[in-house]
Amino acid sequence: MANILECRGLVKKYGSFIALNGLNFAVPEGRIVGLLGTNGSGKTTLIKLAAGLLRKDGGEILIGGNPPSEKTKMDISYLPERTYLYSWMKVRDILDLFADFYSDFDRNKAVDMLRALHVDTGLKLRTLSKGTKEKVQLVLVMSRRARLYLLDEPIGGVDPATRDYILNTIISNYNPDSSVLISTHLISDIENILDDFYFIHNGQVFLQGSAEELRNKEGKTVDQLFREVFRC
Amino acid sequence: MAWKFADGKAIYLQIMEYILMDILSGKYEMGQKIPSVRDLALEAAVNPNTMQKALSEMETYGLISAQRTAGRFVTTDREAIERAKEAMAKNFTESYTNNMRKLGYGHEEMAAIIRNLSTESAEKEQNAATDRKTD
Repeated sequence: MANILECRGLVKKYGSFIALNGLNFAVPEGRIVGLLGTNGSGKTTLIKLAAGLLRKDGGEILIGGNPPSEKTKMDISYLPERTYLYSWMKVRDILDLFADFYSDFDRNKAVDMLRALHVDTGLKLRTLSKGTKEKVQLVLVMSRRARLYLLDEPIGGVDPATRDYILNTIISNYNPDSSVLISTHLISDIENILDDFYFIHNGQVFLQGSAEELRNKEGKTVDQLFREVFRC
Repeated sequence: MAWKFADGKAIYLQIMEYILMDILSGKYEMGQKIPSVRDLALEAAVNPNTMQKALSEMETYGLISAQRTAGRFVTTDREAIERAKEAMAKNFTESYTNNMRKLGYGHEEMAAIIRNLSTESAEKEQNAATDRKTD
């Protein structure tokens, strides 16, 4: 099984602060992987490096065997923690923008999803609530046919019904050639859809494993393990 | 509505129990086509790889069979289903007796409780039937 994302000894520093400290990490093809860690553990930094938004300071990061570049960006659909969309644009205009920008963007799929989520595409982003903005952003990201989906806290700000819809979207979007990396604090909400999990701590992988094996061999949920490991 | 899964037990095993129950309860008949991995994964709200694993395991037990392009079907092998049913009945009974033993009951007492329970529910049914007649 080939790895879509692979990091070896990855290092990233912000000034004197070491955000990633020799991280080893892999996302194989056709897997849904949970990137879990306490606040400030390096999750977002890792995702931004994979998305090609930050430059590494050491080690290696490969997307489909290649270092991040304009080309690898086309294979990646990235949901940032914060929105980067223009607030003066209408939802409909943003759909056009994405259709122009990404050849793999499926506009019909996006429209169907927005309808299911009761989002009016004639409204300006500025007028939408925080949760609705997040829905729009997620719809845009999931409507691309990418090889790697990087979802940074996709379910943090939305209501439980939308959360279910998002998880459904991730499941129905599944295909054996693409992978999903999800960072989140809300482990129990997503753990039934995870293949593998990584616990990140101080910029390194603290623990990793298969969610099913953990349940089967140790009789624990990922959430329980996380609470045990990172008990304050 | 997503299926309910217990904590700390492999989900694929729980899925197998769910689908077996659906076969035993007649939701899926013998020889009937079952939904695709994706649809079942969506219904259960689980990882499609996990659903795939559950279905492959059921195939190895001869409970369902995959046909290359047509999909997956419930077996027509009555014996295979019967075996799975017995295994499940044994599981249920074991978990019942384990719990009861913790409460200090022996097998004879358990048997007595079950007998009483079935007489009680039979009486209830009879009463309900008489009530319906007098209505």
